[in-house]
Amino acid sequence: MNLDALAGCVSSSACLVTQISTALIVGMLLFMVTSGLSLIFGVLGIINFAHGAFYMMGAYFALAAYQLTSSFAVAFLAGALGVGLLGIVFERLVMSRVYGTDVLMQLLVCYAMILIADDVVKIVFGPEYKMMGMPDAFALPPIELFGGFIPAYYVFMIGASLLIGLLLWLGINKTRLGKTIRALAINPQMVGALGINTTLLYAGVFGIGSLLAGVAGALAAPTRTLTPGMGVSILIESFIVTVIGGMGSIAGALIAALLIGFARAFGAIGCPLFVDGLMFALMAVVLVVKPSGLLGREPAR
Amino acid sequence: MTKTTGVVGRRAFIGGMAAGAAITGFPHIAGAQAKAIRIGLPTILSGRVAILGTSSRAAVQLATQQVNDAGGIAGRRIEIVDRDSKGRPDEAARVTRDLINNDGCEIVIDGEASSGAFAVHEVVRDLGVLCLHTCSETSSLSADPKLFVKTAFRCARQGIHDAVAGGTYASEISKAKGLKKWATCSPDYAYGRDNTAEFVEYVKLFDPQIEVVDQLWPKLFAPDYTESITKMLQVKPQAVYSALWGGDLVAFIEQSNLYRLFANTAFFSGGLGDPPVLSAIKQLPPGLNTAYRYNRNYPANPENTAYADGFVKIAGHESTNWGWQNYLATQFIFEALRRTGGKTDGGALAAEIKGMTVKSGFGVDGNITMRESDHTIINYPVAWGRTVPKAPWVEGFQAVEWAKILELEQQWKKSKGYA
Repeated sequence: MNLDALAGCVSSSACLVTQISTALIVGMLLFMVTSGLSLIFGVLGIINFAHGAFYMMGAYFALAAYQLTSSFAVAFLAGALGVGLLGIVFERLVMSRVYGTDVLMQLLVCYAMILIADDVVKIVFGPEYKMMGMPDAFALPPIELFGGFIPAYYVFMIGASLLIGLLLWLGINKTRLGKTIRALAINPQMVGALGINTTLLYAGVFGIGSLLAGVAGALAAPTRTLTPGMGVSILIESFIVTVIGGMGSIAGALIAALLIGFARAFGAIGCPLFVDGLMFALMAVVLVVKPSGLLGREPAR
Repeated sequence: MTKTTGVVGRRAFIGGMAAGAAITGFPHIAGAQAKAIRIGLPTILSGRVAILGTSSRAAVQLATQQVNDAGGIAGRRIEIVDRDSKGRPDEAARVTRDLINNDGCEIVIDGEASSGAFAVHEVVRDLGVLCLHTCSETSSLSADPKLFVKTAFRCARQGIHDAVAGGTYASEISKAKGLKKWATCSPDYAYGRDNTAEFVEYVKLFDPQIEVVDQLWPKLFAPDYTESITKMLQVKPQAVYSALWGGDLVAFIEQSNLYRLFANTAFFSGGLGDPPVLSAIKQLPPGLNTAYRYNRNYPANPENTAYADGFVKIAGHESTNWGWQNYLATQFIFEALRRTGGKTDGGALAAEIKGMTVKSGFGVDGNITMRESDHTIINYPVAWGRTVPKAPWVEGFQAVEWAKILELEQQWKKSKGYA
């Protein structure tokens, strides 16, 4: 523990700005991945263990599109929409057949998807790492704010994630379709009895959840190396966020992702050798104090 | 009649046996002479460091193709049998045993990273075949006498040589530019910590005014280094050393570029010099200091250029450090096989290789020697250069004298109880 360094950082505007921006960078990307995971769990009641593979596919779709067009906008859309479509196909052909089965069966199916996705990426793109590189529009000096620095691309990344999160919240809470989806999560039989095509809704929700993983992959692609299997590490962090925030809660996912972001950013200053441990410690505390997560629904008694 | 018949029968029988021996035995011997010499290559062909194995395999394939095109050795062709260990030491040991016991491999080129190399080393101790480790840079593998195996050799650069060279080079720059405030950022596992500790030890030995103000240890294979980079920005070091390598180093440099870290901070890297790493970085900043890993222009000679071109034809990209080390390993093995007339007995081949000097385009003066005392190579390129944004990516290599490296290596061995 280096509390002096932490105190020094908190009392310096430059350090504070840089570390808060770091927390937002880490947190918002995690939120993009976790919100999709939570949406799928909240409505469909299944844990999509293949969500990390969708994140990876989003990054590779973006890379391929960027190599073809040199346009980041096209790359971003390819990553998001490509994975959204892939999610729908996966739900219709595979996941829909294991609804209602035990978690082990769902886990096996998702694990198979992970292995297939990794091998397909290996065959198409090769086993070695790839780098998309920073688009020219963002290859700018970092923005200086109160003596701290925030790279231009990260400002875009945070802004885009916030906007997508806001649209998701508005879509679920303020639209008729959102109301139907919420009803679907609570009583699918009743929704079906009202003549609503629940099969289509399930596929759509799975597609949107997957699209969010694709968005995260596309946003990460310019700054991270792409490798087959890259989805595994973010999946583990996403599960930590989901447990802290509460299974199925998108608002909880946002709060938990930001908590993890702040723990990582300021943990790197105050206890650099315990940053990962800090994440798990946070999770343990939440599990002890509120086992359903910060905003998770308490199980019915 | 019966007796005569019996005699004739016995003669016929003996004649038949002789003919049978001629028909079945001679082709068997001829077959044995023509039987290919199988070399096993356990390495990492999948996962995040697959390029270690794929480039090792490409280099061995290039050398094998060349020797087979020239008629093989003692009338025998060379065959390579590779196996993927997936980077797991237990799997490396298992596939090595399989290669020897079931696939008929008589020699092993161990293309494993350090963790797997130690496992393969013990298999070789057990089975007694000739083995050349081609990717492990951990010094103790060959420096520690307790680990000595008489048929095992290291044909790879090693940490202590690089540490002396890196410390010498970096201290000259630190003295010239007044770089006193240093930080390190290396992966949090045995190699990352050992490599960084050795570099820091020697750079401080040569420039005692250097102070290491912060040491960051991101996880191995971490996808994001933002928290380490921003932490580094807070301590404002004048120079940074990193033992990150491969895709991790690519991500670290790209992410550091976003903060313009290298605009005011000198950067020293032990792992940046591999051309596939350098070419993967889309915005490679000029002037980063890196250890030589491989470069088609260094050492500048026709043999090195021919190797570089041949490697590109097979692998589709420039050679890595692992590439030249594996190619060199085949040169030692083939020369030993020529000297034994194709005999593959581990002890006989090891007796030829220990102390052997081969002519090589990679050698500092055209030769590389397998040191007899600890079965490791010396006189390979140990140099540092500076990055340029386009191919050949690194220029201005400055070599460090081998005499100095050997002297300090000896002191290091004494301090560790190895000598």
